[in-house]
Amino acid sequence: MTDQAIMPVPTEALDTQGAIDWLKDKYPEAVQDDTRQGYGGVVVDRSQLTKIAHAIRDDLGYDYLSSATAVDYLGISDHIEMVYHAYRTAGGPPLVFKAQTPRENAEIPSVVSVWPGADFQEREAYDLFGIQFSGHPNLKRILLWEGFDGHPMRKDWQEAYYEEEHKPFESRWPKGWVRRAEELNVFGKNVRYPADLDLSRLTDVSEDSLYKGMGLGVDVQEIVQEGEHIKTDRLIVNMGPHHPSTHGVFRMIAELDGETIEALEPVMGYLHRNHEKIGERNAWLMNIPFTDRLDYISSMGNNMGYVQAVEKLLAQGARYTPPTYRAEVIRVLMVELTRIVNHLWAIGFLLNDLGAFFTPALYAIAEREKVLDFFEATAGSRMMCNYMRFQGVAKDLPERIHSTAVTVNDKVRDYNTMEFLTELINERLPRSIDELDHFLTESEIIKTRAMGVGILPPEMAIAYSAAGPLLRASNVPYDVRRAEPYSIYPELDFDVCVRPNGDVYDRYLIRLDEMRESVRILKQVLQRLEATHGEDIFSGNKAIYMPRVPVGESYGRVENPKGELGFYCVSEGDPKGPQNPWRYHVRAPSFINLTPLGVMCKGHKVADVVVILGSIDIVLGETDR
Amino acid sequence: MNGTGILKGLGVTLKHFIQTYVDDIRYGGRKYLGMENFEVRQGLKAQGAFTVQYPDEKIAVPERFRFVPFLVVNEDDHPDAPGKDWCTSCGICAKVCPPQCIWIVRSEDPVTKRPVPEPEAFFIDIDICMNCGYCAEFCPFDAIKMDHDYELADFDRTGTHIHDKPKLSKPYEYYYNIAPTTAAEEAQARGGWEHPDVIKAKKKSGEPVMEQPWFMLRAEDPEARARAEAERAAKAAAAAESTVSEADIAAERQARRAEALARHRAWAAKKN
Repeated sequence: MTDQAIMPVPTEALDTQGAIDWLKDKYPEAVQDDTRQGYGGVVVDRSQLTKIAHAIRDDLGYDYLSSATAVDYLGISDHIEMVYHAYRTAGGPPLVFKAQTPRENAEIPSVVSVWPGADFQEREAYDLFGIQFSGHPNLKRILLWEGFDGHPMRKDWQEAYYEEEHKPFESRWPKGWVRRAEELNVFGKNVRYPADLDLSRLTDVSEDSLYKGMGLGVDVQEIVQEGEHIKTDRLIVNMGPHHPSTHGVFRMIAELDGETIEALEPVMGYLHRNHEKIGERNAWLMNIPFTDRLDYISSMGNNMGYVQAVEKLLAQGARYTPPTYRAEVIRVLMVELTRIVNHLWAIGFLLNDLGAFFTPALYAIAEREKVLDFFEATAGSRMMCNYMRFQGVAKDLPERIHSTAVTVNDKVRDYNTMEFLTELINERLPRSIDELDHFLTESEIIKTRAMGVGILPPEMAIAYSAAGPLLRASNVPYDVRRAEPYSIYPELDFDVCVRPNGDVYDRYLIRLDEMRESVRILKQVLQRLEATHGEDIFSGNKAIYMPRVPVGESYGRVENPKGELGFYCVSEGDPKGPQNPWRYHVRAPSFINLTPLGVMCKGHKVADVVVILGSIDIVLGETDR
Repeated sequence: MNGTGILKGLGVTLKHFIQTYVDDIRYGGRKYLGMENFEVRQGLKAQGAFTVQYPDEKIAVPERFRFVPFLVVNEDDHPDAPGKDWCTSCGICAKVCPPQCIWIVRSEDPVTKRPVPEPEAFFIDIDICMNCGYCAEFCPFDAIKMDHDYELADFDRTGTHIHDKPKLSKPYEYYYNIAPTTAAEEAQARGGWEHPDVIKAKKKSGEPVMEQPWFMLRAEDPEARARAEAERAAKAAAAAESTVSEADIAAERQARRAEALARHRAWAAKKN
């Protein structure tokens, strides 16, 4: 034991404060504490960012970059700042570091060489904030198209149909100037193009830049490679955006050598609606129903992530009371049911992608239907649940799942809620998961198509910031519910599922495993639901519709079915002024999980691309935001 | 052995196939008849195929279902204030609305220009409405509620999708019918079946509050029912005599919209 005392403390063992001190000690000029009220972490001098990022990853062991995003502080300190949240895959709180740049000619060194997972996130920041990332291998717009004028997340950018900075809009009450948006703003008036854009060559320009980004920049017709046995042509194939296998409007550009994928790049943004800008116009509460529209398969999970991020901010204020125990129990109930719903959906549609058209998908979503019946009776909607609130949930579970006949031919159902839930969780769901297992797992066709396809090695999964089932199927036992526990998860008994191979088959299996774990959690939740029957589901005054959120930043993350969903929120509201987020960023797992898609597809066939994409399980509502 | 996995899987398909017929036999062909069978067929005991033959049969939506708001008003034959809006135009729904689809014109006293607690006009653009239910959740007067009628398909959105007050207003009876449990809970919280302001005023003056919602009292009290029916008949007669046609009403709505639009344009022009 005495030997240990004289050994240098391994830096990986340092806690967050220790890590910050270590950094400040090693780079006294470049690293400063972030002393702003309500902020944490360190501010790093941008000229030394890459070096310090290397130290953070290698010396301090923060190997997993969860989120990298920008904030525009126009009118406050007039700079743009990149915020990075790095975690250890062993678990624990984040190391938050920031790099600041002036708004004019904004430039920050890229950290892609340290964490390749920053690739898409930096491109997003470039796209939406106009920050140049020096050293980024492929810096171009990602969500918007090449001909877009300006960088919309900058505070001085105004959207088409712009009305006011913040909701609620003045025109709604008490004068009620009703109109449809297009009556004021006839189509066409709001479209602006950059000055140097040649409109006549619009398509050419945008396509060229896409192909150049793949390291091609070549005339496809000219390349004819002499293969060993067969003469194969190189060609570029566009899959999507309107292709049924892409689960939405999503496009992949694949460069093929014969039938083999040489390079592949995802192209997205076809469903982009600048969710984050809308979020900044909204008041805090208004964002909850908007989060439903991100990953619309698992809206309860999205609610949970956002609500937790804002509760972290609210907790810095005086009037905050944490959600009641029953509220937390109900939240976990909803979130775990959502996980089952999502995985049923994911497995069903993975099988669709494999060519087993709709039988497995329909068997899977038939079970989903039962859960949605419960959601509808409790929250009022099947998919757009909008169920969680700051400091609680919207409503308690109803005594009965009871419907009323309104329209012609309506047929009524009436069940006792707790009996329904008990039967669902104890019998129906486990039975159907087993049936799905029986139905698919042993199938030779699935095994042949899925085993050894789209392999993502563990170190690569971590480097690319993969999250959720994608990460855990690659033998990395990282689950936010255990790594940085929230809600009542610490007291629940469940295992973090992990699978060793990192191929499509393992990603299928891990979803089955996770559903079984969810059922295990739900059984424990049922007991707690019964024990807390009749208790409050909300702490504080539920009638407050414009909560005052203290100044500061917060990053709330939850283990959503698709991976780690994070919300980075900044509040700058003055107590008397409008109450809306200054910054509202979504760390979307569907988006970031696509970063390693190209790597996973390399060397496979076109038909495998569809399966690999299906095994990542994306929802375009969240990818494009 | 190769192929056993597939066979095992096909067994599941076969099971599903057979179960569908087992269910049919169990109910002796009455599977598609009657409420009780429907409840089983669409419940957790269901096996095999459990599709619903929409629109010949529809799954009724649960009470809390939310789809496009409507305004609660008193019944036309209400003894105290027939047809009165519950809305006081306080504007909370318009302020809390995430997509900002609610426009309210607050009434003013023509002489004093002081606000009067009732809406002069009320518009909801249902193309923008995202059915979140905040307006109903935060309304302090239970005056705006979420509807259950989800069949809103239309041939033209431009003329019809901004609902105005006449279109939005529905009697309390309608609300009670679509959500009896919730309505009862809310009435308990309010302390009576009437508008919270009415209850407050009645309690102050010592007048008794209604024990039941008006439409139930009416159903129980033959005198009241006769009176209501007479009133309704008189109203119908008056309507039959009047020369106001559907087209006139539509034109009037259009005119009101045009007026509101002109006001908005003027406001927008001033602002820019």
